[in-house]
Amino acid sequence: MTAFINHFLFEFRAGVRNKTQLLMNYLLPLGFYAMMGFVMVEINPGFLDVLLPSMLIFAVLASTLLGIPDPLVNARENGVFRSYKINGIPAFNILAIPVLTTMLHLVIIAIIMSATAGSVFDAPLPTNWLNFALVFLVTAFASAGLSVLIGVASRSSRITVLWSQAIFLPSMLIGGLMMPYSVLPEGTQLISRIFPSTHMMNAFGTLAMGTSADFNAWASVGILLTGGILAIGLAWYLFSWDSASGSRRGHPLMGFLALIPYIIGAFFL
Amino acid sequence: MSNSTIEVQDFRKEYGDFVAVNNISFDVKIGEIFGLLGPNGAGKTSTLESLEGLRAPDGGKLKVAGVDPVREPRKLRSVIGVQLQSASLPESITPDEAMRFFCGYHHVAPRYDLLERLGLGEKRKTQFHALSTGQQRRLGLALAVGHDPQVLFLDEPTAGLDVASRVELHSLMRELQEQGTTIILATHDMAEAERMTDRVAILLKGELATIGTPTEITATGAGLTKISVYTSNKSLAKHSPTFPAVQRASAKDDYHIFFSNDIGATVGEIIKYLEENADPLIDLRVERPSLEDRFLEITNGELS
Repeated sequence: MTAFINHFLFEFRAGVRNKTQLLMNYLLPLGFYAMMGFVMVEINPGFLDVLLPSMLIFAVLASTLLGIPDPLVNARENGVFRSYKINGIPAFNILAIPVLTTMLHLVIIAIIMSATAGSVFDAPLPTNWLNFALVFLVTAFASAGLSVLIGVASRSSRITVLWSQAIFLPSMLIGGLMMPYSVLPEGTQLISRIFPSTHMMNAFGTLAMGTSADFNAWASVGILLTGGILAIGLAWYLFSWDSASGSRRGHPLMGFLALIPYIIGAFFL
Repeated sequence: MSNSTIEVQDFRKEYGDFVAVNNISFDVKIGEIFGLLGPNGAGKTSTLESLEGLRAPDGGKLKVAGVDPVREPRKLRSVIGVQLQSASLPESITPDEAMRFFCGYHHVAPRYDLLERLGLGEKRKTQFHALSTGQQRRLGLALAVGHDPQVLFLDEPTAGLDVASRVELHSLMRELQEQGTTIILATHDMAEAERMTDRVAILLKGELATIGTPTEITATGAGLTKISVYTSNKSLAKHSPTFPAVQRASAKDDYHIFFSNDIGATVGEIIKYLEENADPLIDLRVERPSLEDRFLEITNGELS
């Protein structure tokens, strides 16, 4: 347990010490939150209703999709995992600890945003704080799971960026963050339901903020949770200590299996 | 084989059609410093990494301190310490954190004293990326021995180290040996191998070319003694005289060099020749064949 705690504390500190991770974990989410709160609300006053959940989801996507995969790829390429292996550090810890530390960084961000959204921007606060916390944790877990999977399955940093952006950018555009799901054309709504952010917004809005549901919110929570578990499981299965050894189990494209809950949700919700 | 801590029997490692190691066998005794030498591509890394549990062998049997590296990887971690050349640490970790981190996984108290001893006392709070190459290697060594392993694998441990750090490393190796630690040393530094190891194995094209003490290995070569002569008037270079027992001669940096199988006869005749030619002797050096000479003899012979 001491080893796990030492490992956790180091990874948590690395999330602040490393300039890229500091940017993704704190500077980008908080900077974007301030900009949207001051500027976007002036342009589109309706955005105020979703300021807190949308900016929280943006923080989750930025710190996980843009913050987790690259350090994993670099660690594998630079031989850090070889050092870990010869010292008996379990693969599970290597994958689980970044998920947990990123979630802790996100909890801090969530506290800052929740404490300021109402007082600074006059934005509506959650009507059900318990559900807010639950949906937030499931959201962070689902996105962190996908991010770890991207880091494990990618052969290089360039491919990591490609996969991360393939989820991040559409999530921003059609995932309910910038414009409501309900205003999207029917075909786009179908595609939108493949992206986690749509389910995150649906769950936050319905279960925590008290707005009407676009579709079954508990099903969204289930999809996010299942997707997160599946992604972590696949990451553990595909994990490779060393890019040179060619000892990876399975093909990296198996990572797409993590999208099964979202694809099922897209067609049946 | 009862006092052997490492047993390698008919070990084979392949990468596709390429046979990196072809059925080699050797053993290492408890408390030995054992050198693993060979040119690049000889199969050293494949052998080392298989013993360390980083690769699975394609044939044969391996045992390290009584542990099968493939079947008992967890047990292996507690009995071996490894300083790999191709391994690294997270960029932002400090030596203090790394020691706490790795010792935690080995279930032992952090050995900060090793950081002090290896000259990292003032760098304990410095992030890994800000350490020099030599400091990074010393940290790797400190982490490798932090849990008092029975077998220590050192891969090019002195590469990038300054003279003082090399001396400290060698002193630490001797100390560990006295405590019963077996050390496997892979190095390209033949002088280091000759000075530090009890026995060496030379690998070549995946085969075991020779194994024995450095003295045994150098004795089994052509056994020519190198006699280097430097004179005032360079009469040896001008007239190229022949001397008894000299097998071959060359010149380098104003020295005339003779390779002889009878030192007494050759040196006596050289001095006589210089006196007759009134050419004052400035320097004369007699060197026994080194491990490096023998290594080059073996590798050049086999490669050609």
